[in-house]
Amino acid sequence: MISWPNLVSQLFNGLALGALLALISSGLTIIYGTLGVLNLAHGAMFMIGGYAGFVAYQYTESFVLAVIAGSLFVMLLGVLMERVIIRHFYHRPHEDQLLVTFGLGICFVELVRLIFSSQSQLVPPPAMFRGITNLGFMFYPTYRLAVVGIVAIALGALFIILYRTRLGMIVRAGIEDSVMVDSLGINVYRVFMVVFGIGAMAAGFAGIVNAPVVSLTPGIGDDILVQTFVVVVIGGVGSFPGAILGGLIAGEIISVTSMFNPGYAYVMLFAVMTLVLVVRPHGLLGVQGRE
Amino acid sequence: MLKQRQFLIETLTAIGLIAAPFVLPHLGFAPNTVNRILVWGLFGLGFDILFGFTGLLSFGQSAFYGTGGFVAAYLLTRAGFSNVLGALIIGMIAAAVTGYLVGLIALRRTGIYFAMITVAIAQVFFFVEFNPLSDFTGGENGLPGVPTPSFNLGFTTVHFTNGWSLYQFIALCYFIGVIIALRIVRSPVGAILSAIRDNPLRATAVGHNIHGYKLTAFVIAAAYAGFAGGLLGVLQAFMPPDAFTFDTSGQLVMQTAIGGRSTLFGPLVGAAVWLFLQDFLQAALGLGAAWKLVLGVVFVLLVCFLRGGIIGGLADLYRLASGRRKRTEAEAEQEATDAAPTRQPAPASMQAKEVEHPAYSRPILKATGLTKRYGGLVANSDIDFSVNQGELRGIIGPNGAGKSTFFKMLTCEVAPTSGQIVFEGRDITGLKITEVCQLGLTKSYQVNQLFTGLTVRQNLTIAALAELRGKFRLDLFRKLSGIKGLAEQVEHTLALVNLTRRADTPVSELAYGEKRRLEIGLALATSPRLLLLDEPLAGMSPRERVETVKLLKLIARGRTMIIIDHDMDALFELVERITVLQEGRVLVSGTPEEIKTNAAVQEAYLGGVHGEIAA
Repeated sequence: MISWPNLVSQLFNGLALGALLALISSGLTIIYGTLGVLNLAHGAMFMIGGYAGFVAYQYTESFVLAVIAGSLFVMLLGVLMERVIIRHFYHRPHEDQLLVTFGLGICFVELVRLIFSSQSQLVPPPAMFRGITNLGFMFYPTYRLAVVGIVAIALGALFIILYRTRLGMIVRAGIEDSVMVDSLGINVYRVFMVVFGIGAMAAGFAGIVNAPVVSLTPGIGDDILVQTFVVVVIGGVGSFPGAILGGLIAGEIISVTSMFNPGYAYVMLFAVMTLVLVVRPHGLLGVQGRE
Repeated sequence: MLKQRQFLIETLTAIGLIAAPFVLPHLGFAPNTVNRILVWGLFGLGFDILFGFTGLLSFGQSAFYGTGGFVAAYLLTRAGFSNVLGALIIGMIAAAVTGYLVGLIALRRTGIYFAMITVAIAQVFFFVEFNPLSDFTGGENGLPGVPTPSFNLGFTTVHFTNGWSLYQFIALCYFIGVIIALRIVRSPVGAILSAIRDNPLRATAVGHNIHGYKLTAFVIAAAYAGFAGGLLGVLQAFMPPDAFTFDTSGQLVMQTAIGGRSTLFGPLVGAAVWLFLQDFLQAALGLGAAWKLVLGVVFVLLVCFLRGGIIGGLADLYRLASGRRKRTEAEAEQEATDAAPTRQPAPASMQAKEVEHPAYSRPILKATGLTKRYGGLVANSDIDFSVNQGELRGIIGPNGAGKSTFFKMLTCEVAPTSGQIVFEGRDITGLKITEVCQLGLTKSYQVNQLFTGLTVRQNLTIAALAELRGKFRLDLFRKLSGIKGLAEQVEHTLALVNLTRRADTPVSELAYGEKRRLEIGLALATSPRLLLLDEPLAGMSPRERVETVKLLKLIARGRTMIIIDHDMDALFELVERITVLQEGRVLVSGTPEEIKTNAAVQEAYLGGVHGEIAA
């Protein structure tokens, strides 16, 4: 039943999914860490990224342009969302923030459903990554390999923004204590806007990069959102390294369990999350004291 | 807030349910729609206890709805079980047990973690239902053929079939659900649940085991969900697999927020609006699939602008229309109170909790070698401290001397790095703050920690309940008025802290000085034998200080107190002995006279400018 090539190929699938989850989760986690808002519309951002890229791809026929256009569109949407709605919720209870982002997520999904219908849309992979690659011991779809590389580059870019720039320093300081950052004379609210844009963009970018692997449907973000939650709980809320570690763990669990029985993928994922909650309630790389 | 007039809400509910079949058809409601609304309303009763009253927003209620529904449907369609009501109840119990197990995990964390974990758990249930358990649940086909209930009354058989006939059965279930929910909300447990929503930290500190109560609310919500899920199967003669989807949980949350949270009837109203709009937008306006977008927009707007939902909005309107008069009365009363600040009811000194060791006359509290390190920072270092029974002790020290940390260790809010604390001959080191409060040791906070959404009386009731009922007790159906000594204790504390006239005012409307007195009142209402007061005079006006010093003298009778404050004059007047802390160590201990003249103390406060003190 279990053959080695099969296992290795599932491990690769897990790596691709894990990298993707890591990217989406980093977006969610830096938004939460900095703004204190859990964005339940994050799955919708992922979905909109896919559709925006899909539209751009049809017009330009260039995958690179599609990725850029899709990500920028979602970033703008994130900034708009923060400016118009989210910023009125910073001083309201967590429940209200959850409710409003949840409602916005539904609006986005239904709007896309209205425009593109519920039918799935196919996004072909870019020409240079089509076909399969012979890895010597097995054959593997070229684009999936490329996904790992593309996402790794995106994560690297995010790392550089967070750890090597002035903005990143402010964001990381804001995660520790946003009131203190504010009182140091930095306009925290403008930083909030930028962070929300970047976080949304991470999800949107993942959405368009992932589009050729699966087909696009308006509900594609829902499952991803749930998986992202598990990633964040495992890795620790507000922790960028935690999101990456959690993403890779979750990706491998889903893929490897699916090899035996896809029905148990979530059960396993959940079992690991429970284990982490029992052993390390703040997540593998989370900091104590943040709630 | 729900009115306390007896059986008013129950009666109105009954009238409404009886009138519905005669009125609603004229408004365009089909009987099947009304039945679905009632099922959602019943589902929502439990959810509102969890979300509206306890403040725990779960996005995973579909797990329990589906569990209850499928257990009942399985019994009735596959297992040859014929008693519909029995199957519904077994489904409800199954959901409650599931809720208990899930709650053990989900309630390990609060806030957004709780929301995320519940979503994840519900998703697990969804996948388990579709795959590993599809032999039992029918997978994506669901379970068809769920029968409707019939009861053999001996002389005749009553069979509820469909439409308005089935309505009678569902309406009866809903009515019973409302009665139970109202009893729970009005019970001591209900009061504590709102306290947890408003300020979990203080609810813990006054001596309630809040984890136990949260788990209780979670199980109650699961039980309601399970029963409603079973009814769904009966209603549709088919148990649909989509009961387990995330959409179910989401719809419940949205309906509750649309109708109005912490009202119990909000989910029912929300469901009515939801199902009516769905029919209306789809059929009358021909919007087709866009109806959900419209509802989503409506929902977002409501959350943004009308936090209390439809019922909350109506209540605000009602208050606006009828409340102006009341407000002016209240203001007049307030002015009267302010005009006569010296009015003091001079109540008999409130009895401290009965001493379990009457012969005990040695130190009531003894701390040895108490040290607290935060990383490299030593907040308290090797403090030896003891207070005798009945003593009134002051603690002073410059800012950052470690006074508050010291208090936090004594009440077991933070664990010491090393050292031992003995209270009434019992080692309390490492106990929880709740247990220590139950033993008779509590403190009032430096920064007010009140239950801000509740009234003054409700605040004190919550504190008094901890002493009268212990840290955890499941008297879900007892009335608050049925607890012996509760009303007396609350009235007494009200009089003591001079808030009797403000008893039914919400805390958010109190003046600062009043809040400060309530803060002390919360600690007092637990009848502590040893009371710690962390800067009770902080931020008060001179007049309020005089008042509060008087109050402190009054409550000092018959109990031991330790007071931290920066107001030296007040403290020198109040206490018998003073301990001075500096840089986390005990600098000196002595009578106020000794402290006043102590050179080391002067140096600590004035920073060692010996030569200039005389000037």
